[in-house]
Amino acid sequence: MFNLSSAGWIMLTGALVAGSCALLGCFLVLRRLSMLGDAISHAVLPGIVIAFVLSQSRGSLTMFIGAVALGFLTTFAVQYLSQRGIEGNAAIGVTFTSLFAVGVLLVSVYGQHIDLDLDCVLYGEIAYSPFDTLMVRGHFLGPRPIWINGVLLTLNLLMVGLFFKQFKICAFDPGMAAAVGINVSLMHYLLMALVSVTTVGAFESVGAILVVAMFIVPGATAYLLTDRLGHMLLIAVALGLLSSIVGYQMARWLDCSIAGAMATACGAFFLLAFLFSPKHGVLMRMIGQWQIRRRLVEEDLLLWAWRRRERSHQPHFTVGELGEGQNWAVREALVVAQRLVRTRLLAVSEGAYRLTERGLRYTEDLIRRHRLYESYLYGLGYPTDHVHAPADRVEHHLSPATVAALAKATSDTPLDPHDKPIPPEPPTRKNHE
Amino acid sequence: MDERVTTTEEGPTKKSTVTAKPPPLEVHDLTVAYHRRPVLWDIDFAVPKGRLVGIIGPNGSGKTTLVKACLGLVPLASGWVRCFGKQPSEQRKRVGYVPQRESVDWDFPIDAIDVVMMGRYGGLGWFRKPGSKERKIAGECLRKVGMADYAKRQISQLSGGQQQRVFLARALAQRSDLYLMDEPFQGVDAATETAIVGLLNDIKAQGKTVLCVHHDLQTVTEYFDWVLLLNMRQIVFGPTEEVFTNENLRRTYGGRLNIISDVADAVARKLPDKSKDKWTG
Repeated sequence: MFNLSSAGWIMLTGALVAGSCALLGCFLVLRRLSMLGDAISHAVLPGIVIAFVLSQSRGSLTMFIGAVALGFLTTFAVQYLSQRGIEGNAAIGVTFTSLFAVGVLLVSVYGQHIDLDLDCVLYGEIAYSPFDTLMVRGHFLGPRPIWINGVLLTLNLLMVGLFFKQFKICAFDPGMAAAVGINVSLMHYLLMALVSVTTVGAFESVGAILVVAMFIVPGATAYLLTDRLGHMLLIAVALGLLSSIVGYQMARWLDCSIAGAMATACGAFFLLAFLFSPKHGVLMRMIGQWQIRRRLVEEDLLLWAWRRRERSHQPHFTVGELGEGQNWAVREALVVAQRLVRTRLLAVSEGAYRLTERGLRYTEDLIRRHRLYESYLYGLGYPTDHVHAPADRVEHHLSPATVAALAKATSDTPLDPHDKPIPPEPPTRKNHE
Repeated sequence: MDERVTTTEEGPTKKSTVTAKPPPLEVHDLTVAYHRRPVLWDIDFAVPKGRLVGIIGPNGSGKTTLVKACLGLVPLASGWVRCFGKQPSEQRKRVGYVPQRESVDWDFPIDAIDVVMMGRYGGLGWFRKPGSKERKIAGECLRKVGMADYAKRQISQLSGGQQQRVFLARALAQRSDLYLMDEPFQGVDAATETAIVGLLNDIKAQGKTVLCVHHDLQTVTEYFDWVLLLNMRQIVFGPTEEVFTNENLRRTYGGRLNIISDVADAVARKLPDKSKDKWTG
């Protein structure tokens, strides 16, 4: 179906569209205007059709003017409606579906007279882009969509490059932006105008519905992968390009809609980032929680052993005793105890475990946190039988600064509310002993 | 509307011929309305140079709206505001602003020093990019608020107090003569509170002027030498020791202090949702 060069043209068209959309999409995502981007990309349809009917040609300047006009109309209408008490999302929904519907009507009314196909408008027909060639005085200059989207990408890069600081401060803190003299609404309408014209370019290749994926998904993906705005823009554009290449290969393999495959690739990258992002990914969070849970179980064992030693002066314990004391299955007790032996907090000989010197020090620190917190709560007026449970919950998580503050608040009291000694602060322990 | 007021009443143009230097901030018979409902009226004061002024009032008394009006960020229904004798929009470089901490998205992909550099954007014009000079100024300002070690930290990884200090550093980077701060003490730790007080006094020692929205009545006399008591209208404006009296507080907070929230709720219910967030606080 495709020859190599047309495959190249198609991927290039997709990459240019995705790059433009991803660049602007970052700002839409950051300003929580994702749905407004969606709205504009749909609502420009009637503008395009009207311009198309008037000018009888595709890709003309009139078409861009029509799109920008409708883009502004959408922005104004949404703002006006939400200021008049219509809920924000409802205002967006009402505006863009109505305008889009008008566009669909116009296409079906004028569709017979003009060369504009509803399927093409809705789903795009990027596969035809190589055949829509630009001829100037008989010279072949490559497919027209390449030129249009190339110019649009350049325009977007130029605008974002020139006004990077304005876009940045307006997205982060519009109040401050206005206070330092930046024209916030001008920047807002500039962004919306760029979204409108970019949509026109994207229309023919990916269609009215999938262009939203190009706007929002790469930006939302990049947001998960970095903490710097500049990097976010770069990553989003790179993801846009990558999606177009991967999407095209997928479409060729499955013999399916190219635009659909490109948008699906965007979605797949998002899913990957959502699961595996080093900072915000679900997997890393799960690993983090699993590590904490593991540490809590280990610390509970150490605390049990330490208290048993304090109570009965019996430093040795067996896995059976541990399981009984902690209400654990013997198997689980054995696994946890063995792990602590490996980290040298416990030592074992002939089935009898005991805390090592290192284990004692580690656990005394936990006991100190626990008893200081108990004393603190007691000082606040909690009865003695109400302080153990909260201390049990927080002892694993107190930072050294908090412990120091607790010690200060309780005036370094040597005994907790149950008259048990509070281990002193580690570095000064020798002086106390 | 500004012209009408200045020509019919004693405007700042006449005054400026009498006094050599206009005050840092002058507000004349100001009314602000949202959806034609006045939320602020009878506001009339002039802040002398080098004062720390606390703006005190219950929730929903229009403190934030007043700050925004002084910055020229909300339309005025009547009256006028002058900063150093000119329109606020003409004095952007002389007026620094610290918005409420909650007003921005702290998950934004940006680090602390980048936020501080935003204080310099106003002086860069349309096309110039912030460069090494701006970075140096921003670094100094971060150091002044004790945040030099956090310059490269993404802002969501900072504590509430640290975030507030970043905002203050950004205002310092503006190098203004008048500062308008919206609740800089809101939700900060004790160390930050001490740091902010020190900073305010430094600013004052340089002969600059600060207006601070504040709600902790306990610390007003300690922090501010002048106060503006506000409850949708101006109750009183003057030196703290003269006007910060129980009688004036009772007038501001409507009798008993513990019905503040009831009053705020009742007022908020009467207004449409959209305008609520703009003027509460």
